[in-house]
Amino acid sequence: MQRLKEIFTDRQMYRAVLGMLAFVTVWYLLTAVFNLPRFRQIPNPLAVLKEWVSFEPVSGRSLFTGEYYLDIAYSVGRTLIAFSLATVLGVSLGLIMGWNRMFFDFTFPIVEILRPMPPLSWIPLAVLILPGVEIAVIYVTFIAAFFATILNTLLGVFSIDRNYFLAAKCLGSKPKDIFLNVVVPGSLPFIFTGLQIAMGVSWMSLVAGEIISGQRGLGYAIYEGYSLFQYDQVIIYMFTLGILGYISSAGIRAVGRRLMSWEARRRGA
Amino acid sequence: MTTAAQQIQGAISIRNVTKIYDPEGVHVVAMQDCSFEIAAGEFVAIVGPSGCGKTTLLNAIAGFDTITSGEIHLDGELISSTRKQIKPDVDRMVVFQNGALFPWKTVMENIIYGPVVQGRVKKSAAAGAAREMLSQVGLNGIEDKYPEELSSGVQRRVEILRALINQPKVVMLDEPFRGLDAVAKTVMHEFLMEVFCAAPRTMFFITHDLDEAIFLGNKVVIMTTRPARLKKIVHVNLPWPREHHMLGSEAYLELKREVLEAVHEEAKKAFEAGEREMA
Repeated sequence: MQRLKEIFTDRQMYRAVLGMLAFVTVWYLLTAVFNLPRFRQIPNPLAVLKEWVSFEPVSGRSLFTGEYYLDIAYSVGRTLIAFSLATVLGVSLGLIMGWNRMFFDFTFPIVEILRPMPPLSWIPLAVLILPGVEIAVIYVTFIAAFFATILNTLLGVFSIDRNYFLAAKCLGSKPKDIFLNVVVPGSLPFIFTGLQIAMGVSWMSLVAGEIISGQRGLGYAIYEGYSLFQYDQVIIYMFTLGILGYISSAGIRAVGRRLMSWEARRRGA
Repeated sequence: MTTAAQQIQGAISIRNVTKIYDPEGVHVVAMQDCSFEIAAGEFVAIVGPSGCGKTTLLNAIAGFDTITSGEIHLDGELISSTRKQIKPDVDRMVVFQNGALFPWKTVMENIIYGPVVQGRVKKSAAAGAAREMLSQVGLNGIEDKYPEELSSGVQRRVEILRALINQPKVVMLDEPFRGLDAVAKTVMHEFLMEVFCAAPRTMFFITHDLDEAIFLGNKVVIMTTRPARLKKIVHVNLPWPREHHMLGSEAYLELKREVLEAVHEEAKKAFEAGEREMA
């Protein structure tokens, strides 16, 4: 059984590596070999890699410069603040909305109108109302994640089988007990799906926010690289975002697995 | 024996109960003028065509739903009428059709949930009692497993134990063994027989399976097709504890014929009603 698992994982690994190699090859062919007109200015993968690991990068940003990590720190900091706020507020509001019919009736229509508004459309208001550009960028990062979290938490509460509530009542639960023992654990799988989505939209909105009104950060640096014809920098930062996004998703999944061991065991993990 | 018998509670009196769903609109009469008595400590099997309103009665006794008219009494006390709906509570436990063990709690956490949440006992004492119950029925070693890791047969037994640990007056089971294969069902019947004989209490057992009804019941209550009324009560005079070889006995076959005849009549009516609705 263990061996079988190893072979499977190995084969998976092997395919993953092949897939990536194919991707890089196509990129290399398009930019370095065929020299297509629209790709003439795009750096090839080798050039990007060289710049990324260079001790003296042309753009001033590589794995061996403080600048690079400062940009990452800014973006990660903003995302973390926005995402944490979205999680705390979104989960609490979602749980209360799902739990209390009256509160749901009051709030759901507003949520449904605000939710589809693209995060970037908030930028003018955010800049006008909030003190300082920094907080405005965090707000824009927060807003879409917040609604994604509310909605999924709410769906999570609604997804709970009615019999669990009835059983809990039979067993002598007070409302507080039902909230803690049925509503919260019962909606966790949906909450974590929501948090995954929220993390994704956080990064998206963050980069857009940083491009438009930010100072420092990955999105800002991408735009700066574009303006200054530092296309290596643009691509390095795009991949950096990809890696950070992957790490944050994996982090959420890991936390989810810990909190929902019953789910993991069901799937035989 | 007399003192023990006196301690048993859970006599249910169902008097002219009618339940109409959506009286202003669709007006579905689920149950009409249904009356019968259940003695304290009796194992009553309720059978009848699907959708006839057996669960309606369970919901009313459990306190999940109201009734439109009539009265239901528990040990002489009015618990449900036009003006009154009792709340669900620990004296009336329900074991649900599709199972309602909390999937996010382990077997142990599920079983001790009731006693702990009611604040009756300390967690450790409840855990001790739960462990004893589990070992009495030969289910040791599953305390830390989650329900989904267990076979559905074991899940059903754990759910029944979760109900019993609260010492309810009445245990109501809504087709609890539906979907189990014949072998698993036999194990369930023996399990239920064992826990019932160890501590008799009123059992309100809804089922489609006539063998199961006769094998387990003191009496089999046969309901009519919708709107549900009492069709017939068949008293089962087989000795306790019931054993599977009884299923071949002459007395058993006679009972089965009687039940089958009554059920078949109703099934035919239900079928014809269905035909009419289709036409």
